[in-house]
Amino acid sequence: MADPMRIRATLQGDVADVRVLMSHPMETGQRKDASGNVVPLHFIHSITAQLNGKTVFEASTTQAISRNPVFAFKVKGAKAGDKLSITWEDNKGDKRTDEITLGG
Amino acid sequence: MKRRNIVCAAALGAALGATPVAAQDTDTTTAEFEKFRAVMEEANPAELFELKGEELWRTRRGPKNASLEKCDLGLGPGVVKGAYVQTPRYFPDVGRVMDIEARVVHCMITLQGFTYEELAKQPFSTETRTPDVVSIVTFIAAQSKGMKFDAPQSNAQEREAYELGKAIFFHRAGAWDLSCASCHGADGKRIRTQQLPNFTNPQQAARGVLGWPGYRMTGGVMHTLQWRMNDCFRQQRFPEPKYVSEAITALLTYLTVNANGTVYKGPGIKR
Repeated sequence: MADPMRIRATLQGDVADVRVLMSHPMETGQRKDASGNVVPLHFIHSITAQLNGKTVFEASTTQAISRNPVFAFKVKGAKAGDKLSITWEDNKGDKRTDEITLGG
Repeated sequence: MKRRNIVCAAALGAALGATPVAAQDTDTTTAEFEKFRAVMEEANPAELFELKGEELWRTRRGPKNASLEKCDLGLGPGVVKGAYVQTPRYFPDVGRVMDIEARVVHCMITLQGFTYEELAKQPFSTETRTPDVVSIVTFIAAQSKGMKFDAPQSNAQEREAYELGKAIFFHRAGAWDLSCASCHGADGKRIRTQQLPNFTNPQQAARGVLGWPGYRMTGGVMHTLQWRMNDCFRQQRFPEPKYVSEAITALLTYLTVNANGTVYKGPGIKR
């Protein structure tokens, strides 16, 4: 199973500044292992963020993104106590969702 | 002097014949890189290893199905806060000085029943595998964030480790007759664009231990100071040191004691 994400959000007025760290190998499909075999493609292809169940951020990503990627974005109309959940899905069908409650 | 600088450059496989330049010539490069590092520090993937390490610290594992929560890192069983900046230190139960990684390995053997052989088989991170010890050390280190380095020198063994570390630092050997001090014993040295801190200069001494354990952006791997020492030995063409050996602990004692008083900023990020 995939390792948890690290989500941080700071509220400034009604804008939440979100930063998320994901644990993922993000293999490009072009790297070879020690015995010379190609390491198969393995990358996150979509990221979704929801605020209280409503989608506020969507991204399609490729293998060009680094290993253990970091994403930062701002969400308008957020307030303390709101639930922010982030989900990623990769090309092998692995999924991971983590949720935080926005602080005061 | 010039000859030795060139040998340092070659140790990283850099182009031979590059003329060593003074520090001020590369200051702009360094300043630009520092900006980049500042951005990366706000979201350092090292945090992912902290999380993993914390889970490993609390989970019952190994043949003895025990957690590491009874592990004594020098401040009492289970006390993690402040332990990183107060090691290496003398541990009476084993009668030797240990750095944090050596102590974690000791605890994994004694409390959890792992063997030294399995832990020492592939002790350092690769692009596809991060040893548990590395994540655990990262977790422990993060609990000393904002505290000052305070490696003790309160008994004969700790002072002996310091002296031994100092002797190793200045000992020239190997195929290229290098010592640690060949590259880290004078101001303004560099390897390619990397400025090298001078550990004999009190103002720069802390740069040897700050930012470790570090997440290396190249390859995306987490590394500890044990790895750093091991890799310096490799670059010097020294024989490979035994994992968590007394020699490396001694070297780390020398470097950490010299950094005493500097505030530790937590696990760092490397180029």
